[in-house]
Amino acid sequence: MDKQLKHDLQVFAAEIRLQTLKIIGSRGFGHVGGSMSMADTMAVLYGEVMNVDPKNPKKEDRDWFVLSKGHGGPVMYATLGLKGYYPVEDAYQLNQPNTKFPSHTDRLQTIGVDMTTGSLGQGASEAVGAAIGKKVQGIPGTVYCAVGDGECDEGQVWEAAQCAAHYKLDNFVLFVDNNKRQLDGDVSQVMSHGKGISAKLDAFGFNVIELADGNDVEQIYDAVMAAKEVKGQPTAIILNTVKGKGAIFAESSGAHSSQPSQEQWDEAIAVSQAALDEIKNA
Amino acid sequence: MSIELIGKHEKDKRANRDGYVAAMMELMEADNKVCHVDCDLESCINTTKLAKAFPTRTINVGIAEQNGMGVAAGMAATGLTVFMHSFGCFSSRRAFDQAFLAVAYEECPVHIVGSDPGVTAAFNGGTHMPFEDCGLYMNVPNMVIVDTADYAQTYSLTKKLAACDKPSYQRLIRKGFVTVYADGSDFEIGKGYELKEGNDVAIIASGIMVDEALKANEILAAEGIAARVIDMPTWKPLDEEIILKAAAECGCIVTAENHQVATGLGSAISNLLIKNSPVPQEFIGIQNRFGQVGPQDFLQKEYNLLAEDIVAAAKKAISRK
Repeated sequence: MDKQLKHDLQVFAAEIRLQTLKIIGSRGFGHVGGSMSMADTMAVLYGEVMNVDPKNPKKEDRDWFVLSKGHGGPVMYATLGLKGYYPVEDAYQLNQPNTKFPSHTDRLQTIGVDMTTGSLGQGASEAVGAAIGKKVQGIPGTVYCAVGDGECDEGQVWEAAQCAAHYKLDNFVLFVDNNKRQLDGDVSQVMSHGKGISAKLDAFGFNVIELADGNDVEQIYDAVMAAKEVKGQPTAIILNTVKGKGAIFAESSGAHSSQPSQEQWDEAIAVSQAALDEIKNA
Repeated sequence: MSIELIGKHEKDKRANRDGYVAAMMELMEADNKVCHVDCDLESCINTTKLAKAFPTRTINVGIAEQNGMGVAAGMAATGLTVFMHSFGCFSSRRAFDQAFLAVAYEECPVHIVGSDPGVTAAFNGGTHMPFEDCGLYMNVPNMVIVDTADYAQTYSLTKKLAACDKPSYQRLIRKGFVTVYADGSDFEIGKGYELKEGNDVAIIASGIMVDEALKANEILAAEGIAARVIDMPTWKPLDEEIILKAAAECGCIVTAENHQVATGLGSAISNLLIKNSPVPQEFIGIQNRFGQVGPQDFLQKEYNLLAEDIVAAAKKAISRK
């Protein structure tokens, strides 16, 4: 991977983290954990990989991104704002009355959001449908979809997976945010995944790429580039991430949602700002 | 083009599902954005014909209705016009959260098709007998709900739904049933049809109950009672004008539906009447019961879905004026 590109994506990921914290911090509570774990993937997708145009968000041949783990909305809003779909500060209206930035991503509310999600498992099917829709119409572009490891408790994820493999959707890439935590605790304790999500998706017919570090932009970028070369098969990229990565109060607890004190917010945002400055100057 | 009533209570030699398939063949031929999604029930409604003629636009998702609903919504989001079929019990109850969110809430206007409505599920029995399918969808904002009465109406309204930009739920009787209308009859979404004149009582029916209502009209006529008969293929949005006119001119109403009365056509009509023109109303339909297995004629008798039941209800409604 090009060194400058890697640096740029690391900076973008740090900016996304900082803005994600500011967005959730504007309301004081929210889904910090599953937002922060996805920042690096969002940086790779919107910073380099995806064919999108913030000035023409509905252009037909765009790549799609479906955040099936819709409670990660804030990381999406930070990314789209920084990408130029709207001023990122607009998203500081998160969950306020009449907001365009609801807790879960909504395609009718927020510019740049491709599908509405929130009822877990459903985004996976919708993304598969979008990929089929592109194939049926001969429209270029890839549909990227992110599910959580907790979300993989939902049977619908697996219905969608078997459908993607059956229809040989090589224009479909599934990310699994394998952050090992769900609302009630460790995934291994609440509802474990047998031989593992990688093994399951392999059995379902996916080309599976498991990353040692799902918070490393280089590993993510290389995996997406490899996925693009695969024909006749969907690809799953298993992101071994840290829930709450970069949010000091959430990273330590692995919490699904957080409501820290104002002092803790101030501290976390300051630390995140310092992390951004450090990467910029590296 | 208007409608032409036949109403001789004669069985149609054709299967009703073929009215849907004929419409879909024409729609898919004319517009390469029209697609059909099925859940391993292509052979049940003869959409295998669509799969043969349009293999890339006929998607079979297997026995996975929840995924099928989401896939249909995702396809619609890319600009396709998508019909999605399963048995009515599955395309309503089984995939309701998916229909609610992926189709309706996020405005991906899929046209959902539920076959074997109510007692027409017959030998598939109680597990497969949806008496509540439309009732579930009555709760969903902007949803269009259609219960068709015969082949010609199924053909016509399927074509109208394809051009409708709202999500819809269409009940589809599979097998042959009675011919009510002449082929070529042209129906509109959201419109009721007065099939028989009369000012003593108005019978408002849909689906298999339309023919029963026409029979009831004849029985009542022999007794000197003039019953208006209205076919109401669209449950939502309701044709309020024709209902309020009937209430004003007849002074009492009987509703007849192959569905739970608590959440169906009758309750929607009573909601309208109570606010605007309260008149006595009697409800023919499923009275808070589950389905069961058996031939359709047995089930219609068991659940009081016959012309004689409508006649009794009409007399009761008239007595309450």
